[in-house]
Amino acid sequence: MTEPLVFRFNVDGSDFTSAGQASVHVKKNLRELGLPPEIIRRVSIAMYEGEINMVIHANGGVAEVIVSEDAVEIVLKDQGPGIPNVEQAMQEGFSTAPSSVQSLGFGAGMGLPNMKRYTDTMEIETEVGVGTTIRMKIFLK
Amino acid sequence: MKIATVRELLNAEIVCGEELLEEHVYSACGSDMMSDVLAYVKDQAVLLTGLVNSQVIRTAEMMDMVCIVLVRSKKPTEEMVRLAKASGIVMMTTEYRMYDACGMLYANGLIGKKVRHD
Ligand SMILES: Nc1ncnc2c1ncn2[C@@H]1O[C@H](COP(=O)(O)OP(=O)(O)OP(=O)(O)O)[C@@H](O)[C@H]1O
Ligand SMILES: [Mg+2]
Repeated sequence: MTEPLVFRFNVDGSDFTSAGQASVHVKKNLRELGLPPEIIRRVSIAMYEGEINMVIHANGGVAEVIVSEDAVEIVLKDQGPGIPNVEQAMQEGFSTAPSSVQSLGFGAGMGLPNMKRYTDTMEIETEVGVGTTIRMKIFLK
Repeated sequence: MKIATVRELLNAEIVCGEELLEEHVYSACGSDMMSDVLAYVKDQAVLLTGLVNSQVIRTAEMMDMVCIVLVRSKKPTEEMVRLAKASGIVMMTTEYRMYDACGMLYANGLIGKKVRHD
């Protein structure tokens, strides 16, 4: 049993232009590890959506990707406003993004549903006024 | 369809990735909302969009998309060109509007994702 590999990134909440950089890094790292392209794509998309959410809704946070023998786990932690109603937020099309965010190409209310679609497990821990932690897993076997 | 054919059909100007015009694409997706695009996975796809910022390139990169068409003569930012070059993505810009650009590719056999009615 080899030790799990951990990649850790600070996600800057003030810079929309660089949002997504952590996901780009992870994609490269996973390619170097030789994981199957389909797995890499699923991890990349789920993480990218989560990373963008941290930037546009939560003023940034910390992203961690843990690669073990049987799964890739993505943990996204922020100290943003929290999500008052998770069930509602998970619905396709639900978004609180202002039009300024929509003009940047986000705010379709598809991010969280995409994250769920591309991962095998997804857990959201959130408290209004405290922050949000999202854990997603993609199994390798 | 070859990327060269996409360029021809749309009378597009290549911004970067000239050396990849002989590559093939098998489907396409048109949207200005990146999460809409991220909901749609197909191999070797073209992204048509009127959005210009770095997230367009990152979205395409996450999706393993190989070609981006900017519609309505949108000019990419320098950062976009830099990112597209680094990821080996062909970027081109066309005068056509989204509807027409998509229609022309579709009519020539580059279809999108089938919707199942069941
Ligand atoms: N990290 C977060 N902190 C606080 N609220 C969040 C967070 N992530 C999502 N939300 C809330 O959940 C809603 C739905 O998120 P989702 O990612 O599905 O859509 P969106 O980000 O609004 O648009 P899209 O992802 O399509 O660009 C958001 O509009 C926001 O209100
Ligand atoms: Mg989102």
